[in-house]
Amino acid sequence: MKRFLPLLTTIAFIALLALGIWSGEVPVVWHKAITVCLSCIGIG
Amino acid sequence: MERLRRKSQYIFALLANAYWVFPWKSPIYQGPLKKICFPGLNCHSCPAATMSCPIGAFQNLLATLRPGLQMGQLHIGAYVLGSLGLIGSVAGRMPCGWICPFGLLQKWLFLLPVPKLSFWRPLGRGPYLFLIVFVVLLPLLVVDPLGYGSTWFCKYVCPAGTLEAGIPLLCLDQGLRRAAGWLFAYKFIVLILLLIWCTLTSRPFCRAICPLGAIYGLFNRVSWLQLRFHPDRCVQCEACLAACPTDVSFYNGLDDLNSATCIRCLRCYTICPSNAVSLEFGPVREDVEQFYPKANC
Repeated sequence: MKRFLPLLTTIAFIALLALGIWSGEVPVVWHKAITVCLSCIGIG
Repeated sequence: MERLRRKSQYIFALLANAYWVFPWKSPIYQGPLKKICFPGLNCHSCPAATMSCPIGAFQNLLATLRPGLQMGQLHIGAYVLGSLGLIGSVAGRMPCGWICPFGLLQKWLFLLPVPKLSFWRPLGRGPYLFLIVFVVLLPLLVVDPLGYGSTWFCKYVCPAGTLEAGIPLLCLDQGLRRAAGWLFAYKFIVLILLLIWCTLTSRPFCRAICPLGAIYGLFNRVSWLQLRFHPDRCVQCEACLAACPTDVSFYNGLDDLNSATCIRCLRCYTICPSNAVSLEFGPVREDVEQFYPKANC
């Protein structure tokens, strides 16, 4: 089983990535990234 | 190899910050590329940034988890963790050494001819502390009456945000300049102290603070890319230790060559005169005992 650990890890994270896309996280990430983050720049 | 790495760092730094029309158009890029998490630390509020910062995005998702759950949305950061895990599972911490613009900045600063200080090794646990406390726990647990948390790492720690976003945006916008108060002053001081530290010590941010490096570091021992040390070929010249930007001391058994500290710059592999370091790449381990010795299982 340990021989396949790298492959299994990759598959697990592809599944996690797919879950994130399926649950609608991409538009949330995009929306946050296109507005100026006042916390990041030390204002809010 | 070193020339290739340098080119890679420059190219990715430019790709991550390619929106140079910001003085004439919107203050930050708002196109579809921002749906993608950049594999290095690069603030998405930087006026030139073309992609989103994974650490900023992850904190934002955790900070809005409670109100999201009340609305029936399960946004636990799976997209961000999946993106990082996919890269990490293949290359480990390689983005730190080959892609990250903030890593490139640290490399430049350390070239300045000033006295050098060695890194205090106990600080090496810092990235995990910042990851667990500032990136996960505080945004999740410290919330306002409506259930919204804050991006604690961005707000109180991240020097990339101050350097790449805060200073340029304050230069461009008079309204933001007027709004800047004690928080900006505090973050500016943090930035200056860190930049000074970078001139004295090699990659201090990567080794003591960076939560993104902490995430990638977890994959170093299980990634497709593995470094392999051949003690029988080693002549103990210490060239690898002298070249290593994070002082991974594997030739004498002090550190594991695939430890979480290694940023996979591959300088040890390039510089070793006796070829005592080799590379292996693949989804399946051929020699399991070499990478997972029974004593450590």
